Amino acid sequence: MQKQDNTLANENYELGGIEMKQDIKLRVSQIEKSFPGVKALNKIDFEVRKGTVHALCGENGAGKSTLMKIINGIYKPDAGQIFIDEKPVKIQSPIHARQHGIAMIAQELNYVPEMSIEENLFLGRLPVKKMGKVDWKLLRKKTLEFLEAEQLPYKPTQKLKTLTVSDIQMLEIIKAISNNAEIIVMDEPTSSITHREVEMLFKKIAELKQQGVSIVYISHKLDEVFQIADDITVFRDGAVVESHPAKEMTMDQVISLMVGRKMENVYPKEPVAVGETLLEVNGLHSTGIFKEIDFHVRKGEIVGFAGLVGAGRTEVMRAVFGLDPITSGEIRINHKKVVIKGVADSIRHKMVMLSEDRRRYGIIPIRSVMENASISSLEKVIYGGYTHDKEERRIVGEYFKKMNVKTPSLDTPIQSLSGGNQQKVLLAKWMLRDPQILILDEPTRGIDVGAKFEIYKLMVDMAKQGRAVIMVSSELPELIGMCDRIYVMNQGKITGELKQDEFSQEAIMKYATNTK
Amino acid sequence: MFAKIKNAPAKEKYSIFIVLFVMIFLCSFLNKNFLSPANLSNIMKQLAVSTILAYGEMLLIISGMLDLSSGAVLALSGVLSIIAYKSTGSLVLAVIVAIVVAVTCNLVNAFMITHLNAPPFIATLVMMQVARGVALLITNGQNILQLKNYVIFGQGNIGPVPISIIITAVITVVIWYILRHTRLGRSLYAIGGNEEASVAAGITVKKNKYTVFIINGILVGIAGVLFMSRVNAGLPNGAIGYEMEGLTAAIVGGTSFSGGVGTTMGTLAGAFIIGCLNNIMNLIGVDSYVQQIVKACIIALAVIWDIRSKTKKTRKVILVEEKKEA
Repeated sequence: MQKQDNTLANENYELGGIEMKQDIKLRVSQIEKSFPGVKALNKIDFEVRKGTVHALCGENGAGKSTLMKIINGIYKPDAGQIFIDEKPVKIQSPIHARQHGIAMIAQELNYVPEMSIEENLFLGRLPVKKMGKVDWKLLRKKTLEFLEAEQLPYKPTQKLKTLTVSDIQMLEIIKAISNNAEIIVMDEPTSSITHREVEMLFKKIAELKQQGVSIVYISHKLDEVFQIADDITVFRDGAVVESHPAKEMTMDQVISLMVGRKMENVYPKEPVAVGETLLEVNGLHSTGIFKEIDFHVRKGEIVGFAGLVGAGRTEVMRAVFGLDPITSGEIRINHKKVVIKGVADSIRHKMVMLSEDRRRYGIIPIRSVMENASISSLEKVIYGGYTHDKEERRIVGEYFKKMNVKTPSLDTPIQSLSGGNQQKVLLAKWMLRDPQILILDEPTRGIDVGAKFEIYKLMVDMAKQGRAVIMVSSELPELIGMCDRIYVMNQGKITGELKQDEFSQEAIMKYATNTK
Repeated sequence: MFAKIKNAPAKEKYSIFIVLFVMIFLCSFLNKNFLSPANLSNIMKQLAVSTILAYGEMLLIISGMLDLSSGAVLALSGVLSIIAYKSTGSLVLAVIVAIVVAVTCNLVNAFMITHLNAPPFIATLVMMQVARGVALLITNGQNILQLKNYVIFGQGNIGPVPISIIITAVITVVIWYILRHTRLGRSLYAIGGNEEASVAAGITVKKNKYTVFIINGILVGIAGVLFMSRVNAGLPNGAIGYEMEGLTAAIVGGTSFSGGVGTTMGTLAGAFIIGCLNNIMNLIGVDSYVQQIVKACIIALAVIWDIRSKTKKTRKVILVEEKKEA
């Protein structure tokens, strides 16, 4: 934990010139919200000062999102009031919220990939001339102004799908500004962007503050929170636990407030005796995607893969796992050369992979948690001519207990679980295969502190049992805290390999950006 | 720790069966002949073909595909089967020909979809045109008459029970078994639920897609024999729009068009709902043009009801989950 605080925290994004303005921009008072049988929010008081960043921390399900949905007009509160500039308002709908100067940048960005930048920016409010004809000239002019102001090197006519995630996010912010938003809610804005893009985002936030915009910032990444927040409010179980200026709080304090108990160690890493090489990859090559990939993982080792988004880490792992073809190169497992043409081959060699994109490559949303867990081990539950229902329940239930999966029943569709629990179901799916090699691609993305800890714990247990773990991650503190060795990739090549005593964010970033 | 699903209220789980029973109840009041054994047997005989097609469509929709060609392929395999029968006199050969022809057409469908990446809608639309064209070409557009013993499949009985009903019943059991008790069945739900995730979970998606099309082919072939023998003629222009009947039955029966959801019994109930509707309207003498409109409205109602009860269920689960998380 200590190691990671350095680089980011030293760069100061707060603008010294700004006075602490005391005017309250947004205030919610005694907000309550119940769903049948659940009290989601209990007498919430919360205020955001003008021109400041107010961070909301709390585990998934603590009530942050519910409150934000109320502020954005998606839910109506059962009791309590919302004040903007100390005037009471009733927010009926997201459009209504927009009229009150509230904009929301959701975690899952909403955009139309097939439409152009200009169309997306002004979606739902395209400027029109007489007879309802779209004023394309004006549209282009306005869009160009915004793009130039933000120095984004795009044409207004470019389709959104050709942009990077962080630029799309920047466009969302532009959209909010172009709406004259005075309060911007950002929900996990850094969950899918790189280190450098985070810096750009923070610069933008500092600018917005200067213009007097208030920002509500929801994030699981506490180092970021402490970097930019002026105030921090911690939620737990639908209530505000504490709310203070950021200066008066420490990271450990926030964590223990969030989980309601003291977290001794964020990374439960334990030293493990490393055995012989289990997986060895030599000269893996895929034309135009990655080349000359050599790496190995030993028994009992947790090996990290660092790099910027687009460095080719996921692509390499997908190829090793048999999801994508390779042009040349060899893969050895237990010193034997293996041919992996598909996932079935990997599974046979006891190698499994948790994908970075849980929704796309992980869950089968509409099917039950049980089916999601047993789908890769069907021969264990369907054999001898029929489905052994009881056995399936027993096996899956056992692994769910081990993984501490929280689900109302085994027949609940996986889509109604929280991200952390979905991830644990997917891990249980692979644990059922008794894997020797575990490839985890961004295993903790977008999940709460508690679930993260459990996943780290599982990794350590796996290593202790002499299995090999590969972790691809964009969060450097996590890599530094968990790994025995880290490979760094840049533009489809491995540019560096670091041993534990060489770990530092600077060293990794140097290789990741390939600036030696 | 993990409660069994049975906590879902029966109303939601069995909504489609309730619709069916309410309908049968109402129908028995509208016409006293409705529940007579002769009429019920008649309904089921008429239903055999579209039910069998509905099973094929259901399997395909569950795995995220569909088949627009089943009506046309039915006609093609039916007429070829009759030609085979007329030239050899062998009923066994006739059935084999029907199945082989339909399976071949479906293998082409599967090839277009899995290897050429054609969307199922387009691939089977192409097959629909081709199969119909070939059927008309072979027969020169003429109906083949005087089928002699061939009619036994659609019109014969074993004891008091019509052969077509027995065949449909056997197929129902087989399809139920496939979905409920085979790895194939489980894989189909997964593929329709999220194809990319299924690949990443190690399911051989292409192989499963071929398999489901082969099953569909067998079903269409059998339906071809039953259809032609019931109408007592080889109609190259027959069974137009039957793929829609099959699709409708599957959808009314709760098969989700977005894939990953559907049951054999639901589809059977869906087929029955449509069959009863047709039958009762004939019995009470509703004008045939009006019939079509009424049928469409009732189907829409059934589907809306089904969807509404399902969304309610999901919402409840999410709330429970939020509560547990909180």
